[in-house]
Amino acid sequence: MRLELRGITKRFPGVLANDDVNFSVNTGEIVALLGENGAGKTTLMNILYGLYSHDEGEILLDGEPLELAEPSDAIAAGIGMVHQHFMLVPVFTVAENVILGVEPAGTAGWIDQKAAKNSVREISSRYSLEVDPDAIVEDLPVGVQQRVEIIKVLLREARFVVFDEPTAVLTPQEVDAFFEILAGLKADGKGIVFITHKLKEPLEVADRIVVMRDGRTVGEVAPSDVDEDGLAELMVGRPVELVVEKSASAAIEPVLVIDRLTVLDDRDQVAVDDVSFSVKAGEIVGIAGVQGNGQTELVESITGLRPSVAGTVFIGDEDVTGASPRHIHRMAVAHVPEDRQKSGLVLSFTIFENMVLDSYYDRPFSRGVQMDWGEVRKAADRLVKEYEVKTPAIDVPLSSLSGGNQQKVIVAREFNRDVKLVIASQPTRGIDVGSIEYIHGRIVQERDEGAAVLIVSSELDEVTALSDRLLVMFGGKVVAEFDPDTVTTHEIGLAMLGSAPADIST
Amino acid sequence: MSDSGGMPADQENPEPEAPSGEPDWFRRVTGIGSSLGQSLMVPALALVTALVIGAVIIAVTDVDAWRAWTDESPGEALSMMWASITDGYKALFRGSLGSRNAISETLFAATPLIIAGLAVAVGFRAGLFNIGVNGQMHMGGLVAIYLGFTLSLPAVIHVPVVLLGAVIGGAIWGGIPGLLRAKTGAHEVITTIMLNFVALFFVDYVLTTSFYQEQGRLDPISKPVDASARLPRIFGGDFRVHLGFLIALALVAFVYWLLFKSSIGFEFRAVGFNPDAARYAGMSVVAVFVAVMAVSGALGGIAGANQIIGLEPFRGTTNFAAIIGFDAIALALLGRSHPVGVLWAGLLFGGLRAGGRAMQGEAGIPIDLVLVVQALIIVLIAAPDLVRALYRLKPEEAAATQLTKGWDA
Amino acid sequence: MTAVTATADTKVKRRATAEERRARIAGVVLILLAAFVLWAFGLNVDGDLDATFRLALPTDRFTDINWVVNSQLLGFIVAAILAFLGGRQLRTANFKWTNVSIAVAMGLFALAFLGWAAAGESFSLVGMLRSTVLLSVPVTLGALCGLMGERVAIINIGIEGQLLTSAFVAVILGSAFNIWVALLGAVLTGGILGWVLAVLAIRYRVDQIIAGVAINIFALGLTSFMASRVLADSQSLNAPGRISPYAIPFLSDIPLLGPMFFDHSLFVYGMFGLVLLVHLGLFYTRWGLRSRAVGEHPKAADTMGINVFRTRYINVILGGFIAGFGGAFLTLSQVARFEENLTAGVGFIALAALIFGRWRPFGVLAAGLVFGFARALQTKLGILGIPVPSEFLLMIPYIVTIIVVAGLVGHARPPAADGQPYIKQ
Repeated sequence: MRLELRGITKRFPGVLANDDVNFSVNTGEIVALLGENGAGKTTLMNILYGLYSHDEGEILLDGEPLELAEPSDAIAAGIGMVHQHFMLVPVFTVAENVILGVEPAGTAGWIDQKAAKNSVREISSRYSLEVDPDAIVEDLPVGVQQRVEIIKVLLREARFVVFDEPTAVLTPQEVDAFFEILAGLKADGKGIVFITHKLKEPLEVADRIVVMRDGRTVGEVAPSDVDEDGLAELMVGRPVELVVEKSASAAIEPVLVIDRLTVLDDRDQVAVDDVSFSVKAGEIVGIAGVQGNGQTELVESITGLRPSVAGTVFIGDEDVTGASPRHIHRMAVAHVPEDRQKSGLVLSFTIFENMVLDSYYDRPFSRGVQMDWGEVRKAADRLVKEYEVKTPAIDVPLSSLSGGNQQKVIVAREFNRDVKLVIASQPTRGIDVGSIEYIHGRIVQERDEGAAVLIVSSELDEVTALSDRLLVMFGGKVVAEFDPDTVTTHEIGLAMLGSAPADIST
Repeated sequence: MSDSGGMPADQENPEPEAPSGEPDWFRRVTGIGSSLGQSLMVPALALVTALVIGAVIIAVTDVDAWRAWTDESPGEALSMMWASITDGYKALFRGSLGSRNAISETLFAATPLIIAGLAVAVGFRAGLFNIGVNGQMHMGGLVAIYLGFTLSLPAVIHVPVVLLGAVIGGAIWGGIPGLLRAKTGAHEVITTIMLNFVALFFVDYVLTTSFYQEQGRLDPISKPVDASARLPRIFGGDFRVHLGFLIALALVAFVYWLLFKSSIGFEFRAVGFNPDAARYAGMSVVAVFVAVMAVSGALGGIAGANQIIGLEPFRGTTNFAAIIGFDAIALALLGRSHPVGVLWAGLLFGGLRAGGRAMQGEAGIPIDLVLVVQALIIVLIAAPDLVRALYRLKPEEAAATQLTKGWDA
Repeated sequence: MTAVTATADTKVKRRATAEERRARIAGVVLILLAAFVLWAFGLNVDGDLDATFRLALPTDRFTDINWVVNSQLLGFIVAAILAFLGGRQLRTANFKWTNVSIAVAMGLFALAFLGWAAAGESFSLVGMLRSTVLLSVPVTLGALCGLMGERVAIINIGIEGQLLTSAFVAVILGSAFNIWVALLGAVLTGGILGWVLAVLAIRYRVDQIIAGVAINIFALGLTSFMASRVLADSQSLNAPGRISPYAIPFLSDIPLLGPMFFDHSLFVYGMFGLVLLVHLGLFYTRWGLRSRAVGEHPKAADTMGINVFRTRYINVILGGFIAGFGGAFLTLSQVARFEENLTAGVGFIALAALIFGRWRPFGVLAAGLVFGFARALQTKLGILGIPVPSEFLLMIPYIVTIIVVAGLVGHARPPAADGQPYIKQ
């Protein structure tokens, strides 16, 4: 069977997300849809799944046009989708999530719980996707949640399965396991579309690679005919430096010292477990690890946003355990938060208002209680130019900027003074390649100017490229330390899964 | 209550060209021909629609007209209904704008409304729903009564002292729900409403204690406040409008400065839009919640004091805040939580109040109709798409009406 | 998130978490309360006085069952228990017990308070418990209405308006036609107002709290307006008749429990029935699963083919029917006439009950009973003639609400998408 998208065009206000796109997939093949963040891949697949409506073009199944106004239409046509952010109800069990919408029910809609669990077990064993039907989804690790999503799709007898960035949250070993599942699905005759922005993966597993850029398809290649550099050039439109230019670090004395730090998460479980390490001035320390192993809570406790229950944090000579975020900020600490829209920016504020979000209370931006908006605008003007933020003016609301430019505003705000310590969490998540290059460059520049830098990222490529020293967190502990220049992906992957080499140095 | 992610980019809708011959200042002031024009059109249409629906209600509930209808004289019934409406609305307009006294009555009624509206608007700007202005008025007013009849000072000092006391009383009563919200997460909608009732009963109790109560009376009514504490009339003895109106204007300017020109206001607005980002930026959300509710309560307290020292009988009576606290919510919404907007909305509602009294007195239409009109205005303002649909206006890019989206100064 | 227990060999001192601090504060409060009870309801009471709690109504089958207790002794015992609970909280800071301890303490405090108030007198405890159930009806029904909405992530502040308007409609229809037409009309009215809220919140994406507040103001204005304009002239329109209680045979003869639960009008039985129905529906049927999904993760529900908008409309309207039923109770069973602002804030107490009841039907029922008790306390205490001014008694339900919402709730989890409009592209 052949599923085809022809001439698809989709407009959002101010943005042409898909521009006359042609795409097809056959049963029994794996097609990789490759492009950088914002290229339009997810939009295209959301149209296929009935979540978005398309402005122009048509969708055909074996030549017959399909009307896909709702996800239920797509499901009926045999199209299933595993989304990047899982569509699982956290408080439901696995079985409840799987049967949602196709519940086995009797009179008055009374759900047959046994039948539900049995269908889960049946598919689970058939495709080797181990899950416990009674487990509560929010307690499950991410890799298992993904299996639940796949079971959901298979229960509805999908012939085509679309995976949106499935490996973003997996360790290298889990990625290998996932590729085996893909092979199994392909052998079972399913047609698979696999959206990604990582260059290695399509080369490993796809039969065909379709590259999108700025809303258009710009190439279709077979993996045997191309290499990573070629793909990168297609993706971005110009040759891309895949390696961060970095001289050896000239690390001196420690700036950030963490000693036996223990932090609880929102549910009062131990998230950071007796962690100790340090970051010296002039070095970049990276923390790798699948999200959810304590990195978020660690950063929050260092920056004063979360109280710790044991241990200390020292910045320079000062004990800042339990200090307020503002105090730590005044100690020349820059913090790029992991969720820029939630924690880093006020989207409804203008650019210049966001620029002073953490410095408005001091001269020159305010004298006492009275704010000097003139000074604020002057500074914002300067910073926007210096950090290459693409915007028509500084008094537009921040929501009108792209992700990459939003992140640049944060970076401008944070790096715009003499900084002793930089803490950056997922600094380039969800932004375009150009902005990624820029921000990486700025981070290295700060290091070269003598700052201590701590980077937390689940993008292995990023954290290995940037770091001078690489730590891995698993289960709240620092389980390994590596030299990024010599370590293999395999070794890092093992550590991310908890199988760590015995010695850990700080 | 969440921030649903801000307004979408508006790069596709540049301002249309000015009609030839009209200078730019004209467009800016009247707003005609720009998207701001739509911003003014929608409230105007909302008001008109609300009045129309009010008219229908007047007509439909005319009991005499229904009797005529069942007595087989539909023509007479219809003309009675029509007379009902016209009598009612004529009285409404006469009573609000029809004479110098009417205008004085409008300003007089608008005074506490503007101040209370500012109280609610300040709360909205920080994402907090202060439904408790009623209670804050009562507590502030109570302090005002006390300072009013126990002290005897020259007016120049007495009035500010009374107002200061009201500020403190209101600030405390507003600060409590703010503190509870900040520390325990107890939602201020519930706590402020509960405190309204507590304040109401407390005032009733206090006004029957021998210390407060007027001698020889058994009902809850206090001794009168000293003449030096009363707000003087500003247009001469015949007109009721008093110094409180000027105080209200001053408070409008103050709140404008506070919200848009001070660093405190910056924190209020940041917390209102995104408390998470505010926290990450180093602001203390707890402190902001308490401060906002305290300021809001303080304004409520002043409104309460106004009810005591600005009008007869210059003493405390039961439920002297009446429904001003709930009107204030409508005002803040109508004025988009912007001090100048609240000023205009307050004048409008003051007119409705003054006119409504005339409507009740002259045409026999219960003043509660004004409440209905107010509720309709709230709904229509908060659902601009509804107004646009009704009048077939060009739809703007639909942004969900989130509270704190006022007109950014 | 994998849960990891802390390694046991750390010699680093553990600092207190917020929950532990709260547990300790609760402990201190309990001990202070114990001291108060000891003084006010123990030492302050004449040791000779007994309180006689009548446990049977004169109309019951088995009459004259009384519980006689020495008021002072009761005060001492309660103080001792409170002190024990408080001490335990302080020492162990075990926060799992905090809520239970506070709840039990409040109940015991009320008991000691009654013992003091009724010292040397005879007090109809059964009457008060019966009132508790009666007065809990509008609270529980209102909370169920709110629950239906919030389970699909629509916040309904307009419950007060729904109760008030349906009460009014019931009066008019009951006086003009008959009781059953009135009941039907009231239920429909609640549903219509629910539909209005749904339209505003879903179709026009009005902030849900604004929409609710607007409905309340509208309801107050309209009913007061109509009451002055229409009811004032024709008193005959304000006499809808009453639905009388029906005593379930045999069950209503059980001492104490009988008059409490089994001798009521259909409204009370309906309330229990609705609680059970909603519980079964929400947690065991297809409709319930889908509704809860819409409330927790509407995007997920959408991707699974569930119509999020339609589910929300239906549930909010159904909730409106329940509120209409509650409004009818107020005028067809309680007072049998309409007065301005009849509801006096009970719709907001219902919201507190919803939160207190953790958005679960049986939790809401329990919460409703607690608030019913507070309201009953206020009326019965007035009868006892204790030296507390009546205005303070009137405050009791409202202060209890504040305490509950602020102190007792802890970290309650509403449906995850509560209050957020769903935007499809």
